Amino acid sequence: MSELKTKEAFAQSSETIDGNIATINFGPTHPSTHGIFQNVLKVDGEKIISSEQTVGYIHRAFEKLSERRPYNQITPITDRLNYCSSPINNMGWEMTVEKLIGAEIPKRVQYMRVIIMELARIADHLICNSVIGVDAGALTSFFYPFTEREKIYELYEEICGARLTTNIGRIGGFERDFTPAFHTKLQSFLKTFPKAFEEFDSMLARNRIFMDRTKGAGPISAERALAYSFSGPNLRATGVDYDVRAMHPYSSYEDFDFIIPVGVNGDTYDRFMVRQEEIRQSIRIIEQAYNNLPEGSYKADLPDFYLPAKADVYNNMEALIYHFKIVMGETEIPPGEVYHSVEGGNGELGFYLISDGGRTPYRLQFRRPCFIYYQAYPEMISGMSISDAVLTLSSMNVIAGELDA
Amino acid sequence: MEKLNNEAILNLIQEAFPNDVLFHEEPYGLLTIEVTATKGHEIIEWLKNHEVLSVNYLTNIAGVHYPEDAGREYAVVYQLHSWKNQTRLRLKCYLSKDALSIASLVDVFAGANWMERETYDFFGIDFLGHPDLRRILNEDSMDYFPMRKEYHLEDATREDKDDRYFGRNNL
Repeated sequence: MSELKTKEAFAQSSETIDGNIATINFGPTHPSTHGIFQNVLKVDGEKIISSEQTVGYIHRAFEKLSERRPYNQITPITDRLNYCSSPINNMGWEMTVEKLIGAEIPKRVQYMRVIIMELARIADHLICNSVIGVDAGALTSFFYPFTEREKIYELYEEICGARLTTNIGRIGGFERDFTPAFHTKLQSFLKTFPKAFEEFDSMLARNRIFMDRTKGAGPISAERALAYSFSGPNLRATGVDYDVRAMHPYSSYEDFDFIIPVGVNGDTYDRFMVRQEEIRQSIRIIEQAYNNLPEGSYKADLPDFYLPAKADVYNNMEALIYHFKIVMGETEIPPGEVYHSVEGGNGELGFYLISDGGRTPYRLQFRRPCFIYYQAYPEMISGMSISDAVLTLSSMNVIAGELDA
Repeated sequence: MEKLNNEAILNLIQEAFPNDVLFHEEPYGLLTIEVTATKGHEIIEWLKNHEVLSVNYLTNIAGVHYPEDAGREYAVVYQLHSWKNQTRLRLKCYLSKDALSIASLVDVFAGANWMERETYDFFGIDFLGHPDLRRILNEDSMDYFPMRKEYHLEDATREDKDDRYFGRNNL
């Protein structure tokens, strides 16, 4: 009992708000952190004076693991970075290897990838934006887009059989062409999604309460954002239109007409609005890519990396040899050093790969946008209230998997 | 504005730092320069403030371990980006295992803070002048630097498996 009393007394003393500084643990398992990371906040009443972050709770040593895995076995590792948009990570990695080996990728594969990557971007942004709604107190807007997100996951399923950790595609293309069911589902998605999305948009974008809550919450200036190497929607919300898709187009992004939306104040509302507009632009890109889908093969001619058809393995000796080499991880990769980046859900997702000519990377480093911009969080929430800190965190879209690697 | 190509960028750097560009190459079109480690900070600051080069964006920092390269066992690789010239640039500083330190970039790019902490965490490279050089992803009480090549991913004492069929064997 006496112990209990002491605890109570302690709790009371540390929560006094007459100018005394209190310490509050925000996380590691607070529901609104949407992942496992801790913030120790020093607060004066409701006002945050400083905060200290601890990250690494789900560190899984991906970079070390990669040094012992053949190239095709690294794709499933990338799934677990930003798991809200794993296809972008998968394809980013596949393109990195293709760049290293100098593979020629058919136009059809590039367009198919664009379709999948933009679907992933939509799914990613939908989750982030609907979660901002939840943290502002609007649960309805969370359930609405999940019906649509479900359809995107069904589309992944048609291609690779998985939904969250997709391991989609192969080095050199896809495991199979778009199936008839995929075509039907994509067409119906393109038809119904814009309407459903505008419905979702109308719940929050001009909602008085939502705007009052998010405007001015967790702002950052363009200069500071750049100093912190921000990228993606968080950077664009400050008014800087840096987008890897436009700066260094990959996978034929130069063929498509799309706008890079920017914000003004770099606050939670701007981040929300930038993501909303990006979803509309993604739909535009998908429509362009799908309507102009080139004829051709769904895979490149890369026998060293791309598993041969099963029938060939049984009847053709070369195919059997390639099959064996790929499965046993015995494919030699030329030595080289390559950096490739894609515009992930959160920004510039980069792969820095050094190969010494072995069967596994000598060194592989992931440039994880989350990890880099999350360090600005204390600066962004300093002087804000705790509820603003919650909104800022969700609007930055910090994904624990990508943060901790 | 006219965009600079790799050759022009290299020339400008060589003009300003004639003794410090030790090696350069262009793997996959990305200009890669090895510079004197002690001058790394100065060169990056100069690149950032240069009117034409305007290397305004620090993309990332990576550590690399080359245990067999005596005297230059560690590399710190800076990937930089000049938006005006729409080009990337890679800067490498090699360090010896006996003098494993390099000047911190935090005063030039605030974002270098965690990138350097991560490099310290995994390779043990000391960034001089860093405001808060602690482990970041690993546990604080850890007493080794796990990305160094001497730490094998799998138990090195195991004898029942022949590693030759799974990749590198000699490290």
